[in-house]
Amino acid sequence: MNHLFRDLAPVTDSAWAQIEDEATRSLRHFLAGRKLIDMTGPHGWDHSAVDLHRIAALESPIQGTEAAVRRVLPLIEVRIPFALKLSELAAADRGADDLDLDAVVEAARLAAVAEDGAIFHGFEPAGIEGLGGASPHDPVDISDDYDEYPSHVAKAVAVLRAAGVDGPYAIALGPRCYTGVVESTEHGGYPVFEHIKMILGGPIIWAPAVNGAVVLSQRGGDAEVVIGQDFAIGYRGTTGDEVNLYLEESFTFKINSPEAAVALTYPA
Amino acid sequence: MTAGSTTLHEEGLPPDVIDRHRAIVSMMEELEAVDWYDQRAAVATDPDLAAVLGHNRDEEKEHFVMTLEWLRRNDPKLDEHLRTYLFTDPQDIIEVEKAAEHGGDEGSSGAESTATNSLRVGNLRNETEGTL
Repeated sequence: MNHLFRDLAPVTDSAWAQIEDEATRSLRHFLAGRKLIDMTGPHGWDHSAVDLHRIAALESPIQGTEAAVRRVLPLIEVRIPFALKLSELAAADRGADDLDLDAVVEAARLAAVAEDGAIFHGFEPAGIEGLGGASPHDPVDISDDYDEYPSHVAKAVAVLRAAGVDGPYAIALGPRCYTGVVESTEHGGYPVFEHIKMILGGPIIWAPAVNGAVVLSQRGGDAEVVIGQDFAIGYRGTTGDEVNLYLEESFTFKINSPEAAVALTYPA
Repeated sequence: MTAGSTTLHEEGLPPDVIDRHRAIVSMMEELEAVDWYDQRAAVATDPDLAAVLGHNRDEEKEHFVMTLEWLRRNDPKLDEHLRTYLFTDPQDIIEVEKAAEHGGDEGSSGAESTATNSLRVGNLRNETEGTL
């Protein structure tokens, strides 16, 4: 048994299979950062930090000596508790393949928002700089006028090109602008998203955790999601007819080239 | 494509498939060379020649592994299998497979359980869900 304590859960193999299938499908659906950014790992649950290969000077307590501390980026643990009804899970062993797993989907959504939130907007307590905050470029102002989006994206791409960042480029579109971009056509009837794709040369990604949008290079090597333990489901306990589970991962996000992304932001 | 890589079986293959084919053919050639050198080193009567052949054999192993690493980076399923099976000693290899594919047996080790319990979401760079 490992730290997930799954062997203690009153959940049969067939129910576990449906829970895991739903979690995996939902995570693939909601996650955006992993569709755009390099990933390393999984390195395992016992992997605690990424070496930054830098030092920070310390004031040594011993006169005549010098001291420095090695800098690392610690991994964070993200855990999303959820509960399922045992009476519903029991149906899996009677052959049911339509279990009520809404709680699994919601946990996966929250997990994706947590990971992508750190990737795109940062998580300061964990030392994670998001792509938008780390970028040295001024954000491109956007509005709800979707006809203007090709112009906004072209401006962001021009900024990246001027900074020496090669393409192809991609865009992570937050929920506020995604629907508008997908639904809109320009005055000539040409779909806005087709025009944007042509400018980028790379994909347009639906990114539920993104506020606004982020244009970033797809040349590779500019940033990496470092996974300790990839998403897994653990057991916390049982209360009456409910089994308490959690979705868990450990990860951090390291930016190597902050100039390779430009944020597109709504006015405050 | 030159004669050394003419074992393609279909027309109109995309570039990534052809590159993986190149890597696979190269790996086959490296392993074949390892096998040849291994046998010759074992029977060479001159010890200096045996040492050179053994050295060359081990160089080919390095070439094989370098190409394998390239292939792993460009084949997610191969990457998944390598992560499951490599460096799992002293576990029984068949038991590792059972743990990976069938949830493992009772009493399986922590490492096996950890491998089994991951949802293996992994890198989604080739995922089309939510992509325009």
